[in-house]
Amino acid sequence: MPILEGQGVTKYFGGLAAVSHVDFHIDQGEIVGLIGPNGAGKTTLFNLISAALPLSSGEIRFKGQKLNGLKPHQVCKMGIARTFQEIKIFGNMPVVQNVLVGATFGTPSRMTLADATREASQALEFVGLSAMNTAPIKDLTLVHQKRVEVARALATKPELLLLDELMAGLNPAEVSEAMELVRTIRDKGITIVMVEHVMKAIMGICRRIIVLHHGEKIAEGTCNEIACNKTVIDVYLGEETHAGS
Amino acid sequence: MLLLLLIFLATFPFYGLPSYYTVLVMTFFMFGILAVSWAMFSGATGYMSLAPAAFFGIGIYTTTILYSLLKVRVFSVLPVDALQPAVNAFLIGAVVAGGLVSFVLALLLGLVTLRLKGIYFAIFTFGLVVFISELILFLEIHITGTRGRTLILPGTGAPLCSNTTIYYIMLGILVATLLAIYFIRRSKLGLAMQSIGGNEEGAEHMGVNTTRVKVITFAISAIFMGAAGAIMAAKLIYIDPIIAFNLNYSFLPVLMAIFGGMGQLYGPVIGAVIFAYIQRILMTEFPKYYMLIFGNTRYPVHARWIGRAGAKVAESKAAIKIVERRRSGATCQYLKGKV
Repeated sequence: MPILEGQGVTKYFGGLAAVSHVDFHIDQGEIVGLIGPNGAGKTTLFNLISAALPLSSGEIRFKGQKLNGLKPHQVCKMGIARTFQEIKIFGNMPVVQNVLVGATFGTPSRMTLADATREASQALEFVGLSAMNTAPIKDLTLVHQKRVEVARALATKPELLLLDELMAGLNPAEVSEAMELVRTIRDKGITIVMVEHVMKAIMGICRRIIVLHHGEKIAEGTCNEIACNKTVIDVYLGEETHAGS
Repeated sequence: MLLLLLIFLATFPFYGLPSYYTVLVMTFFMFGILAVSWAMFSGATGYMSLAPAAFFGIGIYTTTILYSLLKVRVFSVLPVDALQPAVNAFLIGAVVAGGLVSFVLALLLGLVTLRLKGIYFAIFTFGLVVFISELILFLEIHITGTRGRTLILPGTGAPLCSNTTIYYIMLGILVATLLAIYFIRRSKLGLAMQSIGGNEEGAEHMGVNTTRVKVITFAISAIFMGAAGAIMAAKLIYIDPIIAFNLNYSFLPVLMAIFGGMGQLYGPVIGAVIFAYIQRILMTEFPKYYMLIFGNTRYPVHARWIGRAGAKVAESKAAIKIVERRRSGATCQYLKGKV
């Protein structure tokens, strides 16, 4: 059974269909890439799954349960965590406090602050930032702030993790590190959907790719299928293929 | 150190100083309560509330109305020597009632208004003070047919209680307010509030029920404002909506908290002492030019706000950011040796 399933997922902003009749399914334990040109509706789709925006029509099911009408904090407690393309950290707090918020409020079971603090430190250690526990988060580099967001999401004990452009703005070495991190998260048994423009990362770790264009799903398949797909090459990959040939 | 200060304040009325000083320190307490309880909610969440005057006035009116209800039936028929203890007990009850009424009102208002963000919330809460004030004025003129009420003891016409009694009740409320903010900051609720101040959307996605947290904490902060108003009624003696809902009770606490700094618990209290003292001096020494000069003493604080937040105003996130940036405040920075 798929862990996440969408049927006829549609979102209108006024007259514009940002996401239009998209059907998708995510299986337990896989890493799925979500790609497409800017404005294709990738982040909107994430916002619909995490309930930041209400659906115009269609439905999304998580482990068989409908998400329609829920609030983001309820979706988070159900086991869907996310990071943001434009980071949404708590700039007024130290690093560990940022993660503590996720551990305290995002987990399905209620935790005491002491337990949550331990969870938070573990999550930071997992993403390799334990040395910066007490630093003000504003003092960190963007790369590290994004990692804190990942730790914060992991601290909510999710079953499904939505990563929105985790690797944007990273240099090649950092991309490799981030890819390694995503793989380790998957190995913990967490299903991952990632929006990404860094094709090397997508092709390297995703088992399956979904391509959006103008809010519609134009292709879906394994990395090889997508890389050779005529439509995808036309609307999105184009340049890269030429460069390679 | 803290204990010594508390002992000093607790024994202050017995040092034989003129009662002017008891009243002055009591005023410090009152503004301290307003500034600390304002910081409790607005300082942490970044929601700039201009409602303190509303809850303060509600507290004043709770006492006033309860007293008029009981005056004829209870206090007038009491024997003379039982009157003062009964009134004192009544005032303590009124403080609790004032806190509760403010709490309930804030809960209802919060449910409606806390969906507003940034500057809109500030404007709405500002309008709220004016609205409640006008509403009570309307009701008094058209329904009860009165204009203003006096709080005096039956028979003698003396004030309800001594300044010393008001002093102690006010001190009690201030201590309760400081304890509340101390424990809230260390609790899950405090963490949730802080995350809302940091990034509300982020907080919502991390499982924080932001609406609930905002409404509850807004209401908790209103308790102390209402309680302070409830006892202040006894000091004011003559009450009408213009006096009870004076907008200075909204603006001054904000100024005091921001000037004093909200990073430390004592910040807003220090701000309250400084501004209340300046206000008192100007009011007594320069009654004609009081507003003019006092306006100018506020100017540096405003200037610092506007200067620091200038860039952010353009992004129309002004109110939130101002609070965020001023959290460490002038006096706290000074005390830490940063200025």
